[in-house]
Amino acid sequence: MSTPPPLLAARGLRFARNEQPVFGPLAFAVDAGEALLVQGDNGAGKTTLLRVLAGLLRADAGEIDIDGRPAAPSLRARAIAYLGHLPALKADLTASENLAFLCGLHGRRRGQLPDSALAIVGLAGYQDTPARQLSAGQKKRLSLARLWLAPTPLWLLDEPYANLDLEGINLVNRMVQAHLREGGAALLTTHGAYAAPPVRTRMLTLERPA
Amino acid sequence: MMRQAAMALVVRDIRLLWRRRGDALQPALFALLVVVLFALALGGEARALERVAAPVLWVAVLLAGLLALDTLFRGDAEDGSLEQWMLAPVPLSWLVLVRTFMHWATTALPLLVATPLLGELLHLPRAQLPVLLASLALGTPLLSLLGAVVAALTVGMRRSGILVALLALPLYVPVLVFGAGAVALAAQGQDALAPLLYLGAGLVLALVLAPLAAAAAIRIALS
Amino acid sequence: MHPLVRWFHQLGSPPYFDRFAARWAPVSYVLALVVMAYGLWAALFQVPADYQQGDSFRILYIHVPSAWMSLFVFGLMAFYAAIALIWRIKLCEILAMACAAPGAAFTLITLATGSIWGKPMWGTWWDWDPRLTTELILLFLYFGVIGLYNAIEDRRAAARAAGLLAIVGVALLPVIRYSVVWWNSLHQGQTISLMGGSKMDDSMLPPLFAMIVATKLWFIGSLLARARADNLRREAGKDWVLRLSQGTPSQGRQSKDTLTQVKDRAP
Repeated sequence: MSTPPPLLAARGLRFARNEQPVFGPLAFAVDAGEALLVQGDNGAGKTTLLRVLAGLLRADAGEIDIDGRPAAPSLRARAIAYLGHLPALKADLTASENLAFLCGLHGRRRGQLPDSALAIVGLAGYQDTPARQLSAGQKKRLSLARLWLAPTPLWLLDEPYANLDLEGINLVNRMVQAHLREGGAALLTTHGAYAAPPVRTRMLTLERPA
Repeated sequence: MMRQAAMALVVRDIRLLWRRRGDALQPALFALLVVVLFALALGGEARALERVAAPVLWVAVLLAGLLALDTLFRGDAEDGSLEQWMLAPVPLSWLVLVRTFMHWATTALPLLVATPLLGELLHLPRAQLPVLLASLALGTPLLSLLGAVVAALTVGMRRSGILVALLALPLYVPVLVFGAGAVALAAQGQDALAPLLYLGAGLVLALVLAPLAAAAAIRIALS
Repeated sequence: MHPLVRWFHQLGSPPYFDRFAARWAPVSYVLALVVMAYGLWAALFQVPADYQQGDSFRILYIHVPSAWMSLFVFGLMAFYAAIALIWRIKLCEILAMACAAPGAAFTLITLATGSIWGKPMWGTWWDWDPRLTTELILLFLYFGVIGLYNAIEDRRAAARAAGLLAIVGVALLPVIRYSVVWWNSLHQGQTISLMGGSKMDDSMLPPLFAMIVATKLWFIGSLLARARADNLRREAGKDWVLRLSQGTPSQGRQSKDTLTQVKDRAP
């Protein structure tokens, strides 16, 4: 009986900006049902690492495998959902319209509806509210609703706890827990001040040189 | 998959346009302003104006399109939508093509509709109007596609106005030459088919190549 | 590995390129000056005056090589940029961007000498001659590449963006040229061509060849010098640059990065 390949595996990953090394060489893997917590101070390279894994940036060296195969753009798009600093919401569109567009763009998980996703994140009744009128925390929840509807197994979350109150933090943890139970995986970055999701978690710490 | 994404983008842009209907008139208003300035500078006399009416209209439409270029990708770059486009399971060039089409439809089509009216202000000879409209109908999408490459190269840059114009104008020259040249031929009573065909051929090439170049430029700009 | 291929790979290493450029740039300049001295002397004193234009045609010995270089350098810039974009070779990014300013300078010289040459014939300093008009648009393309390169902060992204613009420009250049020629024939009929339509006599050719070779050598020197400067600027923090600036010969060792620790621990 052979173990399935990890959902995401990185080997020898390096990245430099303007000749300054940002991180590297890194090697790690994330299996299905597992969460990887990336910790580090501001400027340690957490966001850059996530953007490299998502495919927005190209690493200077190293390989990334998804499900055992080299990460081509089409493979990445079907496997990864990325939640970055910017919420990717149009201010003039309502919550429902934003979700409709993002689902049309990325596809929608079978058996999930935008309305039920809004209810899960606590935005039931906000379907017709323009995103402009939502608070920062509500915008974050809307992004989480989009994440919930994504048909991809791997979640890359950059500072998912930012802008959220205690209830919001619990929401993120519950969502990650449910996602992992269904065989997905998640990679989260955090400053380290917040509690980690109560699931099988490993930690990757990025440090700047002294 | 591609059809679904295209439909979603079209619906989104129509909704966004509807929420800010007033903005759609701005390019047409700018062209009107340019026409008024030229009329004032030239003295308003019919004989002087009708000689330059078609070229002035072409330049007015070109400049209005150049200014409107700023809105092609800026909004999506600022709120992170462009990032999500890069991560979508459809090619980025496809999304760029659909977006450029919607942008052309919302900024250049009103200009085309306004052209007969603007022509009246400049005493454009009636015989030249059909060729002028044909050259604009072929030329403005071409300008939008070439402009998309320039807008993609400068996406995310603050205060890029003059730089965008500097980058775009050399690329715009052939379109202007063939577009205004077509009307010049019509004014001389000659057949304007050749330059219109050149514009058409350029448009077909640009439909395929410009989105690819713009997508590559977006990836570079967002890296 | 074939020695030539190995040499290309070596050239990509910043300290090796620095030594290579430091040695060959002055050689190129000196050779260029020598050849240019002969070319200019022959152009001014040896070649007989033209039947139609008298002595004013002699400026073609600067104008024609400059015009060819302005086009050649743009093509070379696009070539380097394509390699840099496809294979992400940093040296090609540097070389592509180092082409821009010399190319723009050649274009300016072409425009100035073309204008000076045309004045006796046209009666004005500028007559929308199709070749000069294309050169003017080429100048804008060069300025665009330089402007874009300077406007982006990340040097590598800036080089790639400006390089993409150069590639787009080189693809459109034939279209621009054709459209300007068409435009010219549409509105002005036949203009007086700068070359006068007569073929060049064989006795007029040697200085032209000399000037073509001289401008190429000059460009190589300029390219190597600028690329070397950009290379040093980009590598400013590295060990080998510091040692170079302190006077000891460089050895090309990279600084170690002791940046990350991976801790694998259970929750």
